[in-house]
Amino acid sequence: MSLGNRINEIWKESMRHKGLIGLALPGLLFVLVFSYMPMFGVIVAFKDFNFADGFWGSPWVGFKNFEFFFKSDAAWQVTRNTIGLNLSFIALSTVVSISFALMLMELTRRSVKVFQTTLFFPYFLSWVVVSYVTYALLNPQMGVMNGLLERIGMEPINWYLESKYWPFILCLAYLWKNVGYSTLIIYTGLLGIDKSYYEAAAIDGATRWQQIIRISIPLIAPLIILVTLLQVGRIFYSDFGMFYFLTADSGALYETTDVIDTYVFRALRVSGDIGMASAVGLYQSIVGFVLVVSVNWVVRKINRDNAIF
Amino acid sequence: MNTRQSVWSRRVIILWFTVFSIFCIVPFVYVISISLSEETDIAMYGYSLIPKSFTLNAYEYLLQSPKQLITGYTVSILVTAIGTLLSLLLTAKLSYALSRRDFRGSNKMSFYVFFTMLFSGGLVPWYILIKKYLMIDDSYLALILPYVIMPWHVLLMKGFLSDIPLALVESAKIDGAGEWKIFYRIILPLSKPALATVGLFIAFVYWNDWWLAMLFIDNQNLIPLQYMLYRIMNNIQFLSTSMQSANISIDVTQMPNETARMAIAIMAAGPILFVFPFFQKYFIKGLTVGAVKG
Repeated sequence: MSLGNRINEIWKESMRHKGLIGLALPGLLFVLVFSYMPMFGVIVAFKDFNFADGFWGSPWVGFKNFEFFFKSDAAWQVTRNTIGLNLSFIALSTVVSISFALMLMELTRRSVKVFQTTLFFPYFLSWVVVSYVTYALLNPQMGVMNGLLERIGMEPINWYLESKYWPFILCLAYLWKNVGYSTLIIYTGLLGIDKSYYEAAAIDGATRWQQIIRISIPLIAPLIILVTLLQVGRIFYSDFGMFYFLTADSGALYETTDVIDTYVFRALRVSGDIGMASAVGLYQSIVGFVLVVSVNWVVRKINRDNAIF
Repeated sequence: MNTRQSVWSRRVIILWFTVFSIFCIVPFVYVISISLSEETDIAMYGYSLIPKSFTLNAYEYLLQSPKQLITGYTVSILVTAIGTLLSLLLTAKLSYALSRRDFRGSNKMSFYVFFTMLFSGGLVPWYILIKKYLMIDDSYLALILPYVIMPWHVLLMKGFLSDIPLALVESAKIDGAGEWKIFYRIILPLSKPALATVGLFIAFVYWNDWWLAMLFIDNQNLIPLQYMLYRIMNNIQFLSTSMQSANISIDVTQMPNETARMAIAIMAAGPILFVFPFFQKYFIKGLTVGAVKG
């Protein structure tokens, strides 16, 4: 088919559905403005940006912004923290949500509903509100944790100045907020398993435990793999609110809590180093994109139906 | 034997989940309890799970000079209401076009929309675009427009809408109805549950957002509740660790006391907590549909 014919074809199809295109247009415009236009803006990573000259007018500086970042200690620190903490979150939430979902399966629907509400409740609080909760626990003078420590005769800890405790605190906070959601997804998957498998196994004398190992786990494995891989694909991104609000952006904690997103934010808004902020942002976007695409490739290899695209 | 064993394992599991549920709720109960305590008790004994003496002082204190709080609520409510309506309408329209199987362009359009979930220009170009080129910073528009179309919501909505049989659309077309008429007269009324679910997700995003305010709002009269909450917390940290003194630009004398701060947190979280039990099933439905189809 020649190019002219093709254009003609597209034109005809568009005219036939011009009503639909009209419906979609405002939405498509929003995507264009807020998602695609910034993509061209990544050139600021190669510029010495200033607001007066804008995207086009600011002078080029080549790879200087990247050089500055990758030669600093921060590059390794934020990359390590981002990947390390995210991997811990993924591992923890996978194990916990699978075991919780399996346990919920043993209960009646009514009691599941009650627990679902309580487990799910923290998911609906914003990280700002959660930071009040952690503050109530960790406040050095009046906080609950230090009260407990004193009662058992230990020294109180100045939580917001001691970075070594924070990987654990962040893991706990992450679990606290998200476990209800991830459990729910696995639980829904388990509900979808055909009951007759279990009945047949019970007749053959399989114990509950054997049923879990031989039936439940293998049958939800694709779902678990999919959920995990989706998280792995996002491993270069982190939940900004959690890292910024819970730690109160305390400089003493950066060593273990500073991640790419918080680093970019500070470079942009606090130190005003727009060039470097955008260079780090581009580093994140590109590595993130490569990760998602390779994860999808892996999923495709395992099971075509589970691939995201 | 087998049944007795399962009764016991069930009891153990129920016990475990009860303990865990308490673990989920208790930290938040502390916040409530602090907000209901006497300031002097807290200074003396620290925070406690049950108030030493019950009082509504903190809430009264807040309501005596409620200007800041009223501003926060007004901005949050306005942004949530307008944002949700606008976003829901445009998301529904877009998702409907994408969900129509007889529309051959829908595949390419879907790719165009969902590609943005995989790759983005990053924070900085987006920030510069909104601040310098769209020039909507420090206005309601900055708090609403960036979230109008979120690919995740489009995906969710599309999942719901593709269940509507195409035959319905075709018969309406034979009767002479145009696409817009079909959308408003047939599709929208048919997809009320979908609109409720997705609308709830969108409202949740707007209500809980502090990010846009943190980036774009300097005007004191445009500060939404969540961001106000953050600024108050920022002050406490400033005092308790006496760090980052250079970054603080808020008047310290206006700082509410310990119990009032927690009372503000409760009031900010309040609407969500109130709505949550009623809409939980919609949330769960939406999340599971999204998980399966996404």
